Amino acid sequence: MIAAIVAAAATHAAPQSSGMPQFNPAFYPSQIFWLAISFVVLYLLMSRVALPRIGEVIEERRDRIQRDIDSAEKAKRETEKALAGYEKALADARGRASGMAKETRDKLTAEVDAEKSRVDAQVQAKIAEAETRITATKTKAMASIGEIASDIAGAVVGKLTGSDATPDEVKKALLQVSSK
Amino acid sequence: MHQFELTKKVPLELFGYDVSFTNSSLWMLIAVVAASAFLIMSMRGRSLVPTRFQSMAEVIYEFMAKTVRDVCGPEGMKYFPFVFTIFIFVFFANVLGIIPGSFTTTSHISVTFALALTVFVFVTLVGFKTQGVGYLKMFVPEGVPLLLLPLIVVIEVISYFMRPVSLSVRLFANMLAGHILLKVFAGFVIGLGLVGGWAPLAFMVGFTGFELGIAMLQAFIFALLTCIYLNDALHSHH
Repeated sequence: MIAAIVAAAATHAAPQSSGMPQFNPAFYPSQIFWLAISFVVLYLLMSRVALPRIGEVIEERRDRIQRDIDSAEKAKRETEKALAGYEKALADARGRASGMAKETRDKLTAEVDAEKSRVDAQVQAKIAEAETRITATKTKAMASIGEIASDIAGAVVGKLTGSDATPDEVKKALLQVSSK
Repeated sequence: MHQFELTKKVPLELFGYDVSFTNSSLWMLIAVVAASAFLIMSMRGRSLVPTRFQSMAEVIYEFMAKTVRDVCGPEGMKYFPFVFTIFIFVFFANVLGIIPGSFTTTSHISVTFALALTVFVFVTLVGFKTQGVGYLKMFVPEGVPLLLLPLIVVIEVISYFMRPVSLSVRLFANMLAGHILLKVFAGFVIGLGLVGGWAPLAFMVGFTGFELGIAMLQAFIFALLTCIYLNDALHSHH
């Protein structure tokens, strides 16, 4: 293929010059000389200036992106920590609130109980007092019954027999009867 | 063949050799200046968010760096500036050659062969530097029957020395063929005149775009083969 192209090029070039300029050795030293200069200059410019500069910028960008990612992750961790702290505080507060509610409830129950037992005690005391009073009245009444009975018995005896019995006799007779 | 004709601009002689400054020399220097201006000026801002030109320079850099790293491994990055210079020089020489009225330095076998020979000598030196005499083992593939070995070694040696030839002829022929084709069709445009000349002209417009692709591709192939040769030089094969 290459041979065909070269041949075609050669025939095409024939009328103008003695052959393809590419195969004219007269220019080889010049071509190689200037190629060497161009290549060395380009190599120095590339290896000393252009490539380090481009590499540096790319490196810097990569570093910068990495740094940004790192700081974003750090911020995320901090946010999560803060969130956890907030939730803990919330749970604490909730716990304290329920504790306080329970305490208050207990205190109130205790107060109610105390009041109830105090009132109960008062009522009991009043009942006891009333009972003693009743008992006293009963005994007193019972005591009076004997006297009244002897009075009545004396009066009954006087009416029946016509002669008054002395209270002492009546008493003695009553005692005899009640002891039976 | 006017487009390949060399004309002396400044006659010059050195040690008895004619090293006149020609139109070809001029376009080599233009390639150097254009490549350097593009790669150095575009990075002037060194901005974190690249400008248009800066990102182009970075893309070319990363592309070549990736090629070298993929083909030669991380050790090859030591020779990245060399490969990059080869690539960017051929790239600019090829692309600038498409401009009508310009001169395509890579359409001259003397230039491409000198470049290929530079690669060849460089790679051979790297090979002996990294592997010592062991680099010669490259010519003795393992697992070959002893009887065939002398023949194989001769073939391997010949193919090694044909590398610069194939490397230079590929680039030269591609550039030459494209330019000749464009010239032939340009001749048709004139020949067919105002009536029929539009068809070859349209073809030329399309083909110029195609040539731009070829110009880039050939520069890449040249650099890629340099990488492949460099890989042979850096790593011994078993």
